[in-house]
Amino acid sequence: MSSHHESSSAHPSLAARLEKEGEVSVADCYQCGKCTAGCPAAEEMDVAPSQVLRLLQTETPKHEDRALKSLSIWMCIGCETCVTRCPQEVDLPRAMDFLRQEALARNVANQDADDVVAFHKAFLNSVERAGRLFELGMVGEYKLRTGHFFKDMGIAPTMFFKGKLGLFPHGGANKREVADIFARARAVKKESKV
Amino acid sequence: MSRIGVFICHCGENIAGTVDVAAVTKAALDMPGVVHAVDYKYMCSDPGQTMLKDAIVEKKLDGVVVAACSPRMHEPTFRRTAEEGGINPYQCEMANIREHCSWVHEKGAATTAKAIDLVRFQVEKVKRDHPLVPIRVPITKKALVLGGGIAGIQAALDIANAGSPVLLVEKSPSIGGHMSQLSETFPTLDCSQCILTPRMVEVARHPLITLYTYSELEKLDGFIGNFKATIRKKARKIDEKLCNGCGVCQQKCPVKKIPDEFNEGLSNRAAIYVPFPQAVPNKPVIDLANCTYYKTGKCKACEKLCPTKAIRFDQEDQIEVHDVGAVVLATGFKTMPVNNFSEYGYGKYKDVIDGMKFERLASASGPTGGAMKRPSDGKTPQHVVFIACAGSRDRLKGVPYCSKICCMYTAKHAMLYQHKVHGGQATVFYMDVRAAGKNYDEFVRRAVEEDGVKYVRGRVSRVYEDDGQLVVKGVDTLLGAEPVEIRADMVVLATAVQAQNDAEELAQTLHVAYDPYKFFAEAHPKLRPVETNTAGIFLAGACQAPRDIPETVAQASGAAVKVAGLFSQPELTREPIIAVVDRQPPPVFSHCVGCFLCKAACPYQAIEEEQIKNRNGDVLKVVARVNPGLCQGCGTCVSTCRTKAIDLQGFSNEQVFAELMSI
Repeated sequence: MSSHHESSSAHPSLAARLEKEGEVSVADCYQCGKCTAGCPAAEEMDVAPSQVLRLLQTETPKHEDRALKSLSIWMCIGCETCVTRCPQEVDLPRAMDFLRQEALARNVANQDADDVVAFHKAFLNSVERAGRLFELGMVGEYKLRTGHFFKDMGIAPTMFFKGKLGLFPHGGANKREVADIFARARAVKKESKV
Repeated sequence: MSRIGVFICHCGENIAGTVDVAAVTKAALDMPGVVHAVDYKYMCSDPGQTMLKDAIVEKKLDGVVVAACSPRMHEPTFRRTAEEGGINPYQCEMANIREHCSWVHEKGAATTAKAIDLVRFQVEKVKRDHPLVPIRVPITKKALVLGGGIAGIQAALDIANAGSPVLLVEKSPSIGGHMSQLSETFPTLDCSQCILTPRMVEVARHPLITLYTYSELEKLDGFIGNFKATIRKKARKIDEKLCNGCGVCQQKCPVKKIPDEFNEGLSNRAAIYVPFPQAVPNKPVIDLANCTYYKTGKCKACEKLCPTKAIRFDQEDQIEVHDVGAVVLATGFKTMPVNNFSEYGYGKYKDVIDGMKFERLASASGPTGGAMKRPSDGKTPQHVVFIACAGSRDRLKGVPYCSKICCMYTAKHAMLYQHKVHGGQATVFYMDVRAAGKNYDEFVRRAVEEDGVKYVRGRVSRVYEDDGQLVVKGVDTLLGAEPVEIRADMVVLATAVQAQNDAEELAQTLHVAYDPYKFFAEAHPKLRPVETNTAGIFLAGACQAPRDIPETVAQASGAAVKVAGLFSQPELTREPIIAVVDRQPPPVFSHCVGCFLCKAACPYQAIEEEQIKNRNGDVLKVVARVNPGLCQGCGTCVSTCRTKAIDLQGFSNEQVFAELMSI
């Protein structure tokens, strides 16, 4: 039995923070299910994308927890099919992104998604460090995090010779500006939690 | 011997493509009584009609059969043409060889043979046609509008503005109806009284509208254009001419603890009272059940203190009889008592209220001045739960239909609450949100998206009290039917819309049909939505089905136009296709034996009892008589009559049998 809709006033609900930090209003969703119907990753998910929004709508810690611990937020590939088709223009990929960061911050990410989490971290770290993605660096970090050292090794030479796997980070990236984005995002998050 | 002309139409290829029209013409010429037969490409065209007209004169025809399309299409055309040719229009008949023959059969000899048979039918019929004249009925150009809510107000104003006098009868002491109790109206949040009271005043001041408040219709006799309405004016115990509405009486009345109907019992009133400050007329009425004088014979405080000496304890009900030509029923609705739903705790917990009570709580003219204060302790509720479909769509304990207005007013209530209580939370339990209407869905979405109302899809199973607080136990079906419990400070039930308690009785008084839920029935659900099956009686508003204000006003104006249209004619002209009871020379007088089986069978109450008297006034025989103003020519009485005393003009038994015997 849940204590529906009784978010403690001390902490703003995830829905309220998502609105502030991500400018996504979950109240806009009227649960038509079109996002779930068209999601290419829905079959891999434990909670349907539309249900993730419903869990946030109630503003109940119990339901928010279920969303944060779901496998779904890690299975979302950010293809944006959902938001392209949403009649209410609810930016579900943004909401997913927000939930991923929050799950990491609370250290409640679904364990079945460990590899995805590792990739997620490696990717973002790489971008933050280099100003844009440094493929080899990201692969290195991912392998360190997961221990899958020899997985997919076979395709590395082909990629290397096609110039897809540079030995050094790409030049010309606006390193400082990108670093600023990360800093700003952290500041917004801190501010909205208060 | 008859001189009948037969005119066969090709209807381009519509008939001629399938039926051998030349063969039909030839066959028609061989039929006994036919002296002229001709076929033509389009009989309904000008040359075709001229051909018919000329033939009547030249061939001295006394009957005409046009073999063409459905009489629904062109019977009036050809009857008019026949009349111009000099014969009675009812001696022109149509054989439908298009819809009944060429359109539904393949080309061939059998089809042509059928067309010939159809022509023969009509030839036999037209031989037995009698000249008929349309029935003319005078019209009393005054309308009776029953019910003084927004429907009745709108209908009365529209009829009066079209130039006809109106009697507006309202059973409560003031006009205004439910709309006067509402706080704001969806989807624009207009203040209800602000838009209604100007109309109420307009009604009161209109020179063509006579207002009968605190009055009821006792009886309605007669028929379209010629009704006789008996109205009972209940005694207010006030001389309305002397009373200036100063209000001293209700201030000084010692009985003050009577639940105020207008405020849905959320405040009290005196035994002499004006229902609300903007009441029309602004004259008080004495509530006999609660007045000390009528209970004990003592008091009369109001009489002593009235500055204009307007109190009349000896005033009696008055009966007035008026001739009216049309009636508009606008008697409105009631909301369903929720006593059946003990699970919601209505009546048990003071803070479980219904929608009408919430309207009064939210109204600036209400007992709290529009402040959100709950009934039990006057505290501002921080969490309010709204339960939609409290009685609607519940076959077992409520009504099976959708009450239509609740989704919208619940959204409005929740929105008003969010506007009035900052930081408060409104939660709505619903099954479906039915917001079909101009700007309606946008309104509901606004409640959710902008005002933060929480919608939970699912029904509530129980409302109970725990530790002094209401707990609403329901389900969230959008979360896989997960049970939900909400601790609430107030619960509002969106109760079902029902027909008035006396709707059935009134329908029977007026001979108006009604549905299983006692809502008055329209003559046709799509094409005649404001007419009843009784000619001259029209419908407006929620007495017909649950309706919101815009729909009610539209329908009231529609009914008013029907009345104005009726009144715009000098007299009513009707097709003479009606039943007649035969008359014979004495001593038989009529084959009618006065069993009146016909009277029970007639769906239009058109059969009357007629006394045949001798010159001394002694009743010799009681026989049936058909009221030509009411008869619709359905023929039910003809088939019921055991002595074959009733016949239908234009479709007599003799004619129908002759048609059948011709093949």
